[in-house]
Amino acid sequence: MTVTWYVVLSAVLFAIGAGGVLIRRSPLVILLCLELMLNAGNLALVAFSRAHGNAEGQVFALIVMVVAACEVVVGLGLIVAMYRRRLTLNVDDMRSLKG
Amino acid sequence: MIYVAFFAGAIGAVGGAIAVIAMRNPFYSVLALVIHLVALAGLFLLLYAQFIAAAQIVVYAGAVMVLYVFVAAYVGAVEEPLWEPIPGQRFLAPMLAAALLVELAIAILGTGLSAIDSGGPTLPGGFGTPNQIGHLLLEQFLVVFEAASMLLLVAAVGAVTLAARSRKRDEPDRARETPA
Repeated sequence: MTVTWYVVLSAVLFAIGAGGVLIRRSPLVILLCLELMLNAGNLALVAFSRAHGNAEGQVFALIVMVVAACEVVVGLGLIVAMYRRRLTLNVDDMRSLKG
Repeated sequence: MIYVAFFAGAIGAVGGAIAVIAMRNPFYSVLALVIHLVALAGLFLLLYAQFIAAAQIVVYAGAVMVLYVFVAAYVGAVEEPLWEPIPGQRFLAPMLAAALLVELAIAILGTGLSAIDSGGPTLPGGFGTPNQIGHLLLEQFLVVFEAASMLLLVAAVGAVTLAARSRKRDEPDRARETPA
């Protein structure tokens, strides 16, 4: 099982996530697609860590998971705040930064 | 045997990912993402990353997905309008994603990296165990570790600030109907 398989799989997952971000309009699903892209990056990091026999890539993947958790927390907080203010949950409707 | 495990994980991961963007209801998208994450954890195990796989299951598929499920249930199903801000976006967006995939595939398959075409070196025992990751985090990457903890703290405070009910604003009726 060469590492190429894993890296190609991670590219496929990344492309699916990017397509999801472009296609869907609901901010919740867009956050989910961002998770897909971050996880694809994680898979590539772990695969290269295996290819070089060096565990530092796994530490990198762990830090990516931390950053993803932060992004989720802030993003979901924004979604709840948007829902509370009765804004429609559609990214196309939210074009101005003025609250 | 390893091929069977890899392809089972790959099919689970790709199927879960496609289900995430294909489901109309965000709630089902979240459940599909759980499948994707569990399949990915299996792939991490194949790559000798036991600790990452365990953290993926416990932190991601466990804690983070519970957060998503709560928010999806709180917000409810969002209907996505058929109106397109850019004409032809429904066809353009998948084509852009496909172009990205082709580009990445060309970069990967045409790379000059020698390690990518091998299965990797024979690993020493204890590779990817919590023991090794802990030594790396606390000896070599201590600053990164502390920065990550600061980042988590800032994100938690930010989320509380964002989602907290502001008293000054003219709060809509919805907040009174559903006390969180």
